[in-house]
Amino acid sequence: MTGADRPILELDEVSAAYGPYRALFGVSFSVARGAVVALLGPNGAGKSTVARVASGLVPASSGSVRVDGRDVAGEPAWRIARFGLAHVPEGRGVFDSLSVEENLVLSFQRRGGRGQISASLAQAYERFPLLKERRQDRAGTLSGGQQRLLSLAKVLVVPPKVLIVDELSLGLAPGVVDDVYAGLADVRRKGTALVVVEQQVDRALALASSAVVLERGTVAYYGPPSGARAAVEEVVDRRARGRAQAASS
Amino acid sequence: MEQLLGFAVPGVPYGCAYAVFAVGLVLTYQTTGVFNVGYGAQAYVSAFIFAWLVDDHAWPTWAAFVCAVVIVGPGLGLALDRFLFRRIPSSNTTAKIVTGLSLLVGIPALLPVVFGNQNLVGAPSIVFNPDTVYFHLGADVPVNGIYLSAVLLTVVMLVVLVLLLRTTRLGLEMRAAVESPRLLELEGVNARRVTATAWAVCGLMAGLAGVLLAPTEVTVQAQDYVTLMVAAIAAAAIAALRSMPVAAVVAVLIGVLSLTAQGYLPTSSFWYSAALPAFPFLVLVGALLFVPGLRHLDEATDPLSSVDPPPPPPAARVRGREVDRLVRTVYLALLFAFVVSMLTWMPPTWETVLNQGMAYSLVFLSVTLLTGTAGQLSLAQATLAGIAAFTAGQLANHLGLDFLVGGAVGAVAASVVAGMLALASLRLRGLGLALMTLAAALLFDVAIFPAQAVSGGTGGITLEPRWLPLDLFAPNGHAYFLVVLLVLVICAGGVALVQRGTVGRFLAAMRGSELGAAGIGVNLPWQRVLAFALSGALAGVGGALLAIQQTVIAPGEFNYQLSLAFVVIVVTTGVGTVEGAIQAGIGLVVVQQLMQYAPQRLQGLTFVLFALGALAYAAHPEGVVELEKRRWTERAERALARRHRAPATPAVTGRP
Ligand SMILES: Nc1ncnc2c1ncn2[C@@H]1O[C@H](COP(=O)(O)OP(=O)(O)OP(=O)(O)O)[C@@H](O)[C@H]1O
Ligand SMILES: [Mg+2]
Repeated sequence: MTGADRPILELDEVSAAYGPYRALFGVSFSVARGAVVALLGPNGAGKSTVARVASGLVPASSGSVRVDGRDVAGEPAWRIARFGLAHVPEGRGVFDSLSVEENLVLSFQRRGGRGQISASLAQAYERFPLLKERRQDRAGTLSGGQQRLLSLAKVLVVPPKVLIVDELSLGLAPGVVDDVYAGLADVRRKGTALVVVEQQVDRALALASSAVVLERGTVAYYGPPSGARAAVEEVVDRRARGRAQAASS
Repeated sequence: MEQLLGFAVPGVPYGCAYAVFAVGLVLTYQTTGVFNVGYGAQAYVSAFIFAWLVDDHAWPTWAAFVCAVVIVGPGLGLALDRFLFRRIPSSNTTAKIVTGLSLLVGIPALLPVVFGNQNLVGAPSIVFNPDTVYFHLGADVPVNGIYLSAVLLTVVMLVVLVLLLRTTRLGLEMRAAVESPRLLELEGVNARRVTATAWAVCGLMAGLAGVLLAPTEVTVQAQDYVTLMVAAIAAAAIAALRSMPVAAVVAVLIGVLSLTAQGYLPTSSFWYSAALPAFPFLVLVGALLFVPGLRHLDEATDPLSSVDPPPPPPAARVRGREVDRLVRTVYLALLFAFVVSMLTWMPPTWETVLNQGMAYSLVFLSVTLLTGTAGQLSLAQATLAGIAAFTAGQLANHLGLDFLVGGAVGAVAASVVAGMLALASLRLRGLGLALMTLAAALLFDVAIFPAQAVSGGTGGITLEPRWLPLDLFAPNGHAYFLVVLLVLVICAGGVALVQRGTVGRFLAAMRGSELGAAGIGVNLPWQRVLAFALSGALAGVGGALLAIQQTVIAPGEFNYQLSLAFVVIVVTTGVGTVEGAIQAGIGLVVVQQLMQYAPQRLQGLTFVLFALGALAYAAHPEGVVELEKRRWTERAERALARRHRAPATPAVTGRP
């Protein structure tokens, strides 16, 4: 395989666990350069765990993870980040005790290079004026949605090679969600591959070039976005039936 | 004016010494998230080695400086990070405080063992000659090298550190690493290396401070040491552990004000003898009560903590019914064997030792209740025990009260003091609360226990044992044993009942999350006061019983270091359970007694066990003994499951 058509992110039979609690059982899929993969599934299916394994926050107990062709299993998260993978975790993803500007600078100085800091800052403030207003405030004083915006601003301004966003639109106002999707489309044009975990299934599928549906830590569907909708419904259905059976027996 | 200068200027080196340490505390807190009171001990190590190399080995000053400050300072910092603090989860405030404090106690004790006794007085100076008078302030206030070194060091250090922390990339990353190493790693930064660098920088600064301040003689004398530490903590607290310049200014003010007041106050007055030594404590308590920033310490939690697996359940929780029955039988058999042995063949020395162990167990039960169940760290448990002991002693000697009655009164007194302490610190949590209790303990050590009226002065109180109803047993027989056993069984049962009952649930909820507990309707202030009062009573009972056995109680016997040792011992063996407290009490005295048989040279090594305890605690916050018990229980469960040929059900199920 030549460098150009080698997938940027590949998971091969990945299993993972939190201490004694096993969460993933042989998950495989890959993300081509510039592609968008929608990662779907009910609560607790393992979407966040997949994201964490890819970024090195949770070690894979077996299987292999390749970023840009390099096997990164066992590598610490910071090295994986330097290979060009960025992970925006679900929930709060900013340093509360640092100011908004310090949060941005911290991110830009590693990923953008030192000379680019002020240019990147200007760009971030231009795109998200709200951050400019609050730039001297501690990030902990921002609202949940504003914090979310701050953590997305970091990666949208200096795009990585592959970006994993967990719970993309959770907690954001509809107008802001539009902005963020516009930003994603923009970084994608610049060549960034995306893995999007999203509650708004239709919206994610509209952007996606393929979809993965997880069910209890295994892949239930992996294919074009058109079939994903049905797969998600099937999984949800199966769960409901399983629960009803458990209740009646 | 001339006179004011004359009194104030000598305060400057003291103030600067306080400032250097206060800045160090703020620095370590900001860059590593640890309130490292062991910072003072780190400085001491470098000063010590520097003097040792120059005086005993005739090294040139520059070489000794390089060795003591440039190599040993950061090296020690790195070692602390590598072997202690790295293993402590950042959310575990208790572990961090306890580890820092045990360094403070352990390191100065270790040095003489390694290097032999060293006299640091007259330590070499590297910048200005301490004895040369460089110029005069006003007409005749001489300014010598000591003043110049101190001021120079403080100013340079402050400027360098503020620049480092506020303007450099590394400073930014250090502050970020404190909040969430994992989030920092997602930015492509090696958070471990950043934290290690922070420790190395702090170690370097501590070493520099130690070497430059040693000639001023403020850092080297044991009695100054506590004052130094408290003044530095007070200044750091007023700066809310955030601003280094504020901490430095306040520290200098404390030094200058104390010495100025000392100059003006008549030596015989109450103010001179009692209020002056207490001054830094009062500043500290004031800061804890009134500085709003201290109420929100340690509040920034790691946003990625949901990545960690949940902590393992305690041994008792994974026990099935069969193993449970077995364990109970073994416990009962042990208890029975213990009582029978004590009454029959146990040699008197060992009976005394084990009695003492049971009394300690009572004090440790107070830690179990307060720290294990309610999640509140108190560094004043020995002080509370002391309050009860002295109360009982004074009542026995002056009113001829039976010691058991006196002990009960003492326990009530300890309970009241504990309750008041809790009331005073209602708005503090975690580190703030620990500091408040530490301040209280130190205040008692310095100002209250040494008083003639409390402890009978330096000689202590001698007790005439009076046992009204129990004199029926032989005077030197097993009366004491039976009393302690009875009290221990009652108290242990009581604590177990409290833990299982509603109050225990409330306290456990408070330990888990104060906010959450308040949300389900737990009256937090009341629960906290209750927990402190109950624990004060337990500590008091234990203290009074210890005192009866000893017959002489000296003022220094219930000092803050003992409180510290108590907390370390209990958290090491298992802080959550009643058995944990008893294991700790008996274990402590047995180890102490065995050390008596060890060669003289090793006598000082108890503190090494102490340090090891802190180390073990850092690695296993649930306690080593608890950990082993869980492992064995799980093993037993598995063996049983095999024997029954039932499909092995794992202790914890993999999936819902
Ligand atoms: N820290 C943890 N400790 C133990 N188990 C965990 C932990 N985090 C997640 N799990 C378990 O791992 C499984 C997968 O969780 P994960 O968070 O990946 O799900 P998810 O698909 O992201 O769900 P959601 O849509 O709710 O975010 C779940 O069964 C969950 O209970
Ligand atoms: Mg999730």
